[in-house]
Amino acid sequence: MNSITAIFRRELASYFATPLAYIFIIIFLVLSGVFTFYLGNFYERRQAELAPFFMFHPWLYLFLIPAVSMRLWSEERKSGTLELLLTLPISLRSAVLGKFLSAWVLVGLALMLTFPLWLTVNYLGEPDNGVIVAGYLGSWLMAGGFLAIGSCLSASTSSQVISFILTLVICFLFVAAGFPMVLNVFQGWAPATLVDAVAGLSFLTHFEAVSRGVLDVRDLLYFLVMIAFWLLATAIVIDMKKAD
Amino acid sequence: MITVDNLKKDFDGLQAVDGVTFSVSPGEVLGFLGPNGAGKSTTMKMLTGFIKPSAGRVSLYGKDVFTQAVEAKRLVGYLPEGAPAWDDMTPERFLAFVGTVRGLAEPTRSQRIAEVIKLLELEPVCGRPIEKLSKGYRRRVGIAQAILHDPRILILDEPTDGLDPNQKHHVRELIRGLAQDRIVIVSTHILEEVTAVCTRTIIIANGRILVDCTPAELEARSRYHKAVALQVPELDEQEVTRALGALEGVLTVEVSPNHAGRYTVVAQEQADLFQPVCQLVQEKKWPVEEIFMERGRLDDVFRQLTSSRKNEACEARVA
Repeated sequence: MNSITAIFRRELASYFATPLAYIFIIIFLVLSGVFTFYLGNFYERRQAELAPFFMFHPWLYLFLIPAVSMRLWSEERKSGTLELLLTLPISLRSAVLGKFLSAWVLVGLALMLTFPLWLTVNYLGEPDNGVIVAGYLGSWLMAGGFLAIGSCLSASTSSQVISFILTLVICFLFVAAGFPMVLNVFQGWAPATLVDAVAGLSFLTHFEAVSRGVLDVRDLLYFLVMIAFWLLATAIVIDMKKAD
Repeated sequence: MITVDNLKKDFDGLQAVDGVTFSVSPGEVLGFLGPNGAGKSTTMKMLTGFIKPSAGRVSLYGKDVFTQAVEAKRLVGYLPEGAPAWDDMTPERFLAFVGTVRGLAEPTRSQRIAEVIKLLELEPVCGRPIEKLSKGYRRRVGIAQAILHDPRILILDEPTDGLDPNQKHHVRELIRGLAQDRIVIVSTHILEEVTAVCTRTIIIANGRILVDCTPAELEARSRYHKAVALQVPELDEQEVTRALGALEGVLTVEVSPNHAGRYTVVAQEQADLFQPVCQLVQEKKWPVEEIFMERGRLDDVFRQLTSSRKNEACEARVA
């Protein structure tokens, strides 16, 4: 536990030692504002809710999360610090968790800094704050899913660019799996259970329910299992590719 | 006590380390020598538990590096090849992080950090990001990190690479000082380092141990072991060569091509030439400027050992 905390703090400090954390937070805030007000027609809807804000999060994460996750392991591999880290008396599990948590907290921080939006809806009307809290929770969990995928792909290469692109592609697949246009491909011939399975894998399907305020244990579990699975995969990939 | 038993590692069919066995006791400073790509670093990476061997075992004071990884790693201080460090951190924070992970509690941690900073003369750069440091400082930060928790086993991969002569001397002194009651393993390709700090040498090539002996024994393998070198300018070269060559126990007399009047009298096995040569010099009243007995040339031995080996391998492949 102690070593997870130490790694978590070191990583978080390193995000803020470089401009990365600030750039990420600023771009996240600007883009989420732009999406909410222009594309989401926040005012024209005349409804006191944050649905137009949460609606775009999958797409926002699709581009921003790989930028955070790409350096998680690629950089360690490239600069040789992977060897230093893994010869310290810590388990691989602590290293993977500590690093993931720091990135997750960074995204959580960016998410929390969108609070003026929440203040705005409360000023303009009387939103259901329970739904909004659920939306934030769902969004953060989804970000964790994206990050865990990014962590695994970052562990597989020493090039941050490759890590970025791979993460983007895989995350896109997980988002798009719930789209009608993807599901239509399967609908004609595949059994209904397969179609459901594909749709069930999608971030969108699970996130939409949560962001509407429907806190289903299965949706929360889906994201947690996703995170656990990809972090386990991260550890396996690192273990296998250490010598490269 | 380190025990390495029949350690092997192959990378996709390439046998990087091929059955390495040795053990090291406290108080020993083991120099790991070998040409580039010989398997030195791979062996070190397996000793420290970074990569898993294809076969064989490593045990550090009875702790198996792979089944009791965390306990074994606690015993070791390790400077990996190239002295990697997190560039955005300052040496102070870097050491604090390593100290925390190593389980040093306050106030011991701060004390130890202050001690190693002083020991490695890092005071001027303590607050500067590591990426801005010179190669010499980086290396010393790496060494500081390795000795921070006062480990029983210290493994250093090329510890003096990139240091200037003063710093090299300083680091060697440091290693000698640390060696008292612990195990130190140093990998290097600088041969003078072996005689300067090591009590034992292992030469490795093509993944196998070629030699395991003391530096003095290694020197004794040189054809220049106990050879007498003398500097006699202003004399006829042929006459001197003839006179020296006539002495008993002389194998050959070599004249240095780029040093006028420099002769090396190579001895036959077991022959002691120093007295006879001195006598000859006195008899002939040669104006000798310098005369000394060589201990043996390590680079010579090294080249001989590692290149003959390579030829054998080549021949084997052709056959």
